[in-house]
Formats: sequence, structure tokens, C-alpha cells
Amino acid sequence: MSEAMLSLTGVHTHIGQYHILQGVDLTVPRGELTVLLGRNGAGKTTTLRTIMGLWHASRGALLFDGEDITRAATPHIACAGIAYVPENMGIFSDLTVRENLLLAARADEPNAARLEWIFGFFPALKKFWNQAAGTLSGGQKQMLAIARAIVEPRKLLLVDEPTKGLAPAIIQSLIVAFRELKAMETTILLVEQNFGFVKSLGDTVAVMDDGRIVHSGPMAGLAENRELQQKLLGLSLDTHQ
Amino acid sequence: MTTTTPAATADAELPRLRLDTPPLLVLPILALLALPLIGSFPTWVTLTVAGLAMGMMIFIMASGLTLVFGLMDVLNFGHGAFVSVGAFTATLVLLPMQGWMQADSVLLNLAALGLAVALAMLVTGLLGWAFERVVVMPVYGQHLKQILITMGGMIVAEQMIHVVWGPDQIPLPLPTSFRGAILVGDAAIEKYRLIAVAVGLIVFVAMFLILNRTKIGLLIRAGVENGEMVEALGYRIRRLFVGVFVAGSALAGLGGVLWGLYKETLTAAMGGDIMVLVFIVIIIGGLGSVGGCFIGALLVALVANYAGFLAPKIALVSNILLMVAILLWRPQGLYPVAKR
Amino acid sequence: MMLHRILSGDFPRSRVLALALLVVFAGLALAPFLFPGARAINVAATICVFVVLVASYDLLLGYTGIVSFAHTMFYGIGAYGVGLSLYSVGPTWGAVFMGLTLSLMLSLALALLIGLFSLRVKAIFYAMITLAVASAFAVLASQLSDFTGGEDGRTFSVPEALRPGFRLVENEIFGTAINGKLLTYYLVFFSALALFLLLLRVVNSPFGRVLQAIRENDFRAEALGYRTVVYRTLANCLSAATATLAGALMALWLRYAGPQTTLSFTIMMDILLIVVIGGMGTLYGSVVGAALFLLAQNYLQALMKQASDGLAAVPLLANLLHPDRWLLWLGVLFVLSVYFFPTGIVGKLRSRK
Repeated sequence: MSEAMLSLTGVHTHIGQYHILQGVDLTVPRGELTVLLGRNGAGKTTTLRTIMGLWHASRGALLFDGEDITRAATPHIACAGIAYVPENMGIFSDLTVRENLLLAARADEPNAARLEWIFGFFPALKKFWNQAAGTLSGGQKQMLAIARAIVEPRKLLLVDEPTKGLAPAIIQSLIVAFRELKAMETTILLVEQNFGFVKSLGDTVAVMDDGRIVHSGPMAGLAENRELQQKLLGLSLDTHQ
Repeated sequence: MTTTTPAATADAELPRLRLDTPPLLVLPILALLALPLIGSFPTWVTLTVAGLAMGMMIFIMASGLTLVFGLMDVLNFGHGAFVSVGAFTATLVLLPMQGWMQADSVLLNLAALGLAVALAMLVTGLLGWAFERVVVMPVYGQHLKQILITMGGMIVAEQMIHVVWGPDQIPLPLPTSFRGAILVGDAAIEKYRLIAVAVGLIVFVAMFLILNRTKIGLLIRAGVENGEMVEALGYRIRRLFVGVFVAGSALAGLGGVLWGLYKETLTAAMGGDIMVLVFIVIIIGGLGSVGGCFIGALLVALVANYAGFLAPKIALVSNILLMVAILLWRPQGLYPVAKR
Repeated sequence: MMLHRILSGDFPRSRVLALALLVVFAGLALAPFLFPGARAINVAATICVFVVLVASYDLLLGYTGIVSFAHTMFYGIGAYGVGLSLYSVGPTWGAVFMGLTLSLMLSLALALLIGLFSLRVKAIFYAMITLAVASAFAVLASQLSDFTGGEDGRTFSVPEALRPGFRLVENEIFGTAINGKLLTYYLVFFSALALFLLLLRVVNSPFGRVLQAIRENDFRAEALGYRTVVYRTLANCLSAATATLAGALMALWLRYAGPQTTLSFTIMMDILLIVVIGGMGTLYGSVVGAALFLLAQNYLQALMKQASDGLAAVPLLANLLHPDRWLLWLGVLFVLSVYFFPTGIVGKLRSRK
């Protein structure tokens, strides 16, 4: 197993009076795609938001690429090299597709070759280049949100349930995109409920329940073991796919 | 730039980015409706220009306030203090420089005014920075305290004006070359009103360009919609906010100078008084929307001027009625700002 | 227990506070006998009215978490209602009640309208709209001078029994004449007392507790099945009606209604200051706050004048201490208390066991 890009040790997060994360231990290996599974309310989104510094851990430590980011502010964490695609996609609907990507790039203009590469799997973005992002369809918004995170290479990509509410055809183009990213050895932490979507993509997998990691290991191990799947994820997963 | 041109022409999948036009039409319709009521074309022209001038000045004062609210959910009830302070600061330049002001030379007049405006904007900008640090920051996110504290801050600022400049109102005459009116046909148009319109337009266009053509502007617009995501992209929104707060305060100072010259007398309460109109304007425009604020300001001022001529006693009530009418039509204001 | 019922079970819960309340109560109850002189009795009557006015405002600000700048508008409606009615109909009790009824109806209608219009949105929205409406109302009152007397206001006669010339008993008691002025004072005092106890009952009722739940967390209150808009609007109406009654009392006492004494923004600031300094969210704060504030306003300003005159040689300092700069120091005090003593005097006293 390769070294860790990101590691969480014993992370607790409180939101108001609620104790959401109750000691999360999670490792995201460098250059791999890690999938975080778990039912609604297990704490997956809170884990991502805690990594991003949008909520702060009340206990435990977060180490990113050798740096302690437990207390760091969100902009600092972003500049350290983590890109984040939130569950609601967080696109700026008043801004055009171009402007959305412009803000995501640290350079004055996004790199043309990299843009062409992105247009390769998300052609709609090219088509609606100067159109307000608010007028895009749900799937196109998701493409824009992901494109925004990869418009420049980042060390780590956090993606929160990208397939939620999307049509199968669009999910297919997301799979293509993630394959491309994997081919470039991008480190990714992907939160999902759709096991079918991540089964073939993930290298390693972690399963959350009640604010803790209850299982972690190689994806192959979980993908082949239906019994373990049922135990960890319940039967409902079969209805996906 | 990667010169990727959208092939949207061949595409019927999406609606084109639509410009929300109905609010834009309200202004000309209002002006046209007022014409037969007023009856005389020259009077109508005079009133309309007066309304536009007043609207521009209100826009200058209100724009910073609405942006600050949009960006950080902070409504500064003390914004009016910057208006007063700006106007009073201008007297520091204008009164000693009466020579330049009274000179029959546009250039000297403009130089004196320019200096006054620069000083006023500098002082109110700095004051805004201090106000943000000392007064607003500790109560960020607590609306109730915010309203109380900023209101209290305004009282203190108003009283400090009395302490520094004394309790009496100060006359502030216009420079020579801006006095009087020019005749267009039968309609008399005061020169100063034209200047106010010009300055207002310049501010609006500059603001429009900054918001749409610069990265800072994009960040502000993005921050109004979803500040958290702006941070997640690696930008410090707090810094952005302080910048906008300072700029908004400086604009209020500019508005104060313009307004003071318009009224030709200064009182410490002038800022607080105008705030009533400013609040109506940003409610009408949609909290956080600069474009809405612009249209709202012109609308409010035109209605006030027309109503002032047609039924002087209910001029201020007319604005309340206008606000009620607009909110019945669009409960979130003319241009509601998309919030996450 | 009797006291328990009168105070609706809401005890001062602090010995110093209880003592302060007793002093204020006794002072006001016996004011005409303890402090002879027109000025003292005027201060006492103003305190009575302001206790009610501020308490009704606290129902909004402290208990419901709504910032309104239209409270003086309702206060003014009450004052003008009674005043204009007495002015135009003549000094009869019928006119008083007619004015009272009409102004209550107007206040309730306005409160309902403003509430329905803006209470469903944010606190800030409500604050801005009330500010706009109240200032428009003030302008309207001074513009319609044929009706309201404009900036000068209206001086009017009150019913016979309330006039200074009226004698209930021929002899003086404890050196105080039992005349119409005294009767008016006690009318004001007992009405204010009754209104205050009524408000105390309201905030300690189940209704009051729902209001506080809404203030703490309106989403949760809504989720628990309370229609927050309805509760807020009701609180708004109740508060407006009480302010209207306070205005009517003030008009009867002053035999005058004008923009400076009722509608001006200065009075709105006074109310805000008293609430914050006395203590938000506790009605006793309005008693302590109003008494302290009005005493200071009437007697401390004289002191400032002396200090200012003494420092006449130091220009800026003299300006700072000029009695007209009274509001400056209040403003500073106000800002500091919002920061450091958000619970006000009463909160401080209660937390000190």
C-alpha cells in the first residue's frame, strides 16, 4: 500500500449540540481512488466538510500531505491542494460556465490544453461556455462542479455524491471522467451511496456508520464478497445498478 | 483566452440566458404615466431630471450597503453616518477653498470639488474600516445585536459630528459654474442635477464593469451567492468583505458630498434621514442586488419627485406605497439574489 | 399566595433587584406626597408611562426577538388619538374613549398589516420596514397640520376632573392639594401598574413561552407545530396596543400631543436604550431602566451643563460635555452594554447570587 495523502485519526466533530463524527480513522492513499460508503446520516458529508475546514474537529487530527490541517482555515486548506465538490455542487448560478472555471483556477486563465482535455469528456461545458451556470441541467451542473475541481491539477479531490439524482447516461460520462482522472493518478476521496457506480472505480473502500468507520480495505475484497456487502451496506444496494 | 465559441445557436436544449426585463420596463412606464398627470411637458422634464439626479445619489449611497448585506448577511444600520461624515469632511476642503469655489472657472471649481470628494472618500473609507473592525466584527452572525450595535454606532457618529463641527447646520454653497439652470426648450434643468446624474452613471458603469469584468468582481458576485464555496476554492472571503465594506463606506461618503451640495446645507442628521429612502431602495431592489438597487433608487426618486409635485403632502408615504406595490408583485424585491 | 398571583409567578429572583423595584414602586406610588414640585411629579408620571412603553417594546425585542422601529408610531397614535379627539369634540370622557377606541383600532390594523407583510421574512427586513413606515408616519403627522397641528402639535383641555383647578377635597393632605392634577397622576400610575402586570402575565403565560421558543429557534418552534408568523403577529399587535395606551396616558398627563413628545426618533432611541440597559427579555428591566434613565435625563444633564461651563476654556472637551451631547454618552453606553452586558442591569443583578 502506498503512503497516505490524507489521514484522519480519531476525529470528532460537533455541529451545535449534535455529536456527528465520533472518532473517524480514515486513510486516503496517494494516487488512488478511495470510496467512502454508508447510509444517509452516517457522517460522510460531515467527514468531507471537516477535511475542508468548513466544520472544525473538536478532537483528533487531520494530516494532509505531511501538514497538520486540523485547525486550518478553509481557504488555506484549499490552497494547500484540496479541491472540493460539495453535495449541492456549489456552482455559482449567476456566473457563466467560463467565469465559474476562471474562479477555480489560480492562474489568470485556465490552461487551454487542460480545458480541451476536460471538454473531451464533458462536451456540454464547451457548448454552454458563455451561458449562466444557473441555466444548465442538473447533470451539466455536476459536470461543471467537477470540472471546476480539476481545472488545475490538485493533490486531492473530494467529491460528495456526484451521481445523486442523475440520469444513467450522465452517470456514464462521470465514470469516463473518473477513469481519466485515475489514469493520471489523481488522489480522490469519493463519497457515494451508489455502490454500482463505484464498484469498478474504487481502489480502496471505507464504510461509515453512526459517525465511525466500520470497515476499510481494498475495493476488490468488498466487491466480491456479497455477504460482507449485505452486512455492511444492506440489501438496498442491489436496487442500484 | 481559449477562444472556444459556444455552438449554442444549434442548440434548443436550454433556454438562452434570459434578461429579466419586466423590472426594467417599470421605469419608462412610470415616467410615461406621470406625463399626462403632470400635464406640462417642460415641468415633466424638470421633474424627471430631478428624480434621476436624486436617484443616482441614493444609488451611490445604497449600493455599498446592499453589497455588504449580500456578501456577509450584515446590514449596517449605521451606514447613514458615513453619508454625514463624508459631507462634513468635504467642508474641510470646500470652506477654506472658497476662492477656488467662487472663481468663475470650471477647472478651479472642479479641482476644489475633486479634492473634497477625495478627502471625503478617504476619511469615510478609513472610518468604514474601523467601523467594521470595532463595531461589526464582534457581532457577526447575530442579527439582533447587529441592528442594535450599528444603530448605536450611528448615534455616536452623529453626535461626534456635533462635537467636532458644532450643533448648527453648515451652509455648503455650490461652486459658481455649477449653479443655475440650462434651458432645453421650455424646460429648465439645473446644472448640478446633470452633474449628479453623470457621476451616478459613472459609478454605476464602473461598478458594473468591476463586478462583471474583473476577478474581484466575480468573487464578490460568487460570494453573494455562496460564500462557503468561494472559501473552498481558496479565497479569503473575509478580506473581500472588508474591501467591499470600505468601498461601500467610501461611496456613502461620496454620496454624502453630492447630497450635501444638492441640499446646500449640512446637518448631522442628514445621513440618518436619507437612510429611510436607502432602506426602501434596497428592499425594492432585492437585498444584495446592485442592479436592483440601481433601478430601485431611480424608481423611488422619480416617484418622490412626481408625488412631490402632484400631492406634496404624501410624498414620503408614496414611497411606502411603492414599496408595498413592488413587494406584492415580487416579494423578494425586483431582482432577488440567488442564495444557496 | 397573593403576591405570586399578582406577579404571575415571575419574581425578581435577586434581593437587590427586589429592593430596587420596591423603591421605585413606593417612590412612584407616593410621588405627589414625597416630592412636591411640578418637575418632580412630571418626572414620576413620565417614568410610569415609560415603564409601560418600554415593557411593551421588550415584549417584542426581548421576548420575541423582533427589532421594530415603529414603536413610537403606536405610542404617537395613542397620544394623537386621545389628543385630537379631545381637541375636536371637547373635554369629555366620551371624547377620551372615542379617541382611545379609534387609535387602538388604527394601531391594531397597522400592526397587523406590517406584521403580515414582513414578519415572515428576516428580523432585518422587519427592522427596515418599520423604520421606513414610522418615519413616513412622522412626516405625515407633521405635514397634515390642519388636522394634527403640524410641528407645534395640539394643546387641548382634559375632562373636568383631571384639571388642576378641580378639587376633590377642599383641604390639603400632608401638604398636598387633592386636585385634578393629582387625580391624573394616579390615573396614570394605576393604569400603568395594571398594564405592566398584564404584560407580566402575558410573558409568563404559555403564549409567552412559545414566543421565547420562537426567539431561541424559530425552525424548531415551527417544527413543533407552532405557526411562528401567527405568534409573532399577535405579539406585535399586543405590543402595539399597549404602546397606544401608554401614548394615551401621556397625552392626558401632558394635555398636549405633538411630534417631539411622541413620534420623534429620539424617543425611539430612548426606548431602545432603556430596554438594553435595563435588560432585554425581562420586564423588570423596563422598571429599573426607565426609572434610572429618566432620572438621569432630568437631573444628570444639569450636571453636564455645569461641567461643560467649567471647562469652557477647553474647546473640544466642553463640547463633549455639553448637555446637548447627552445622546453621545448614551450611545456609547448603549453600544458597550450590547457588547458586555447583553442582559442589562437586571441580568447582572440576577446572575450575582
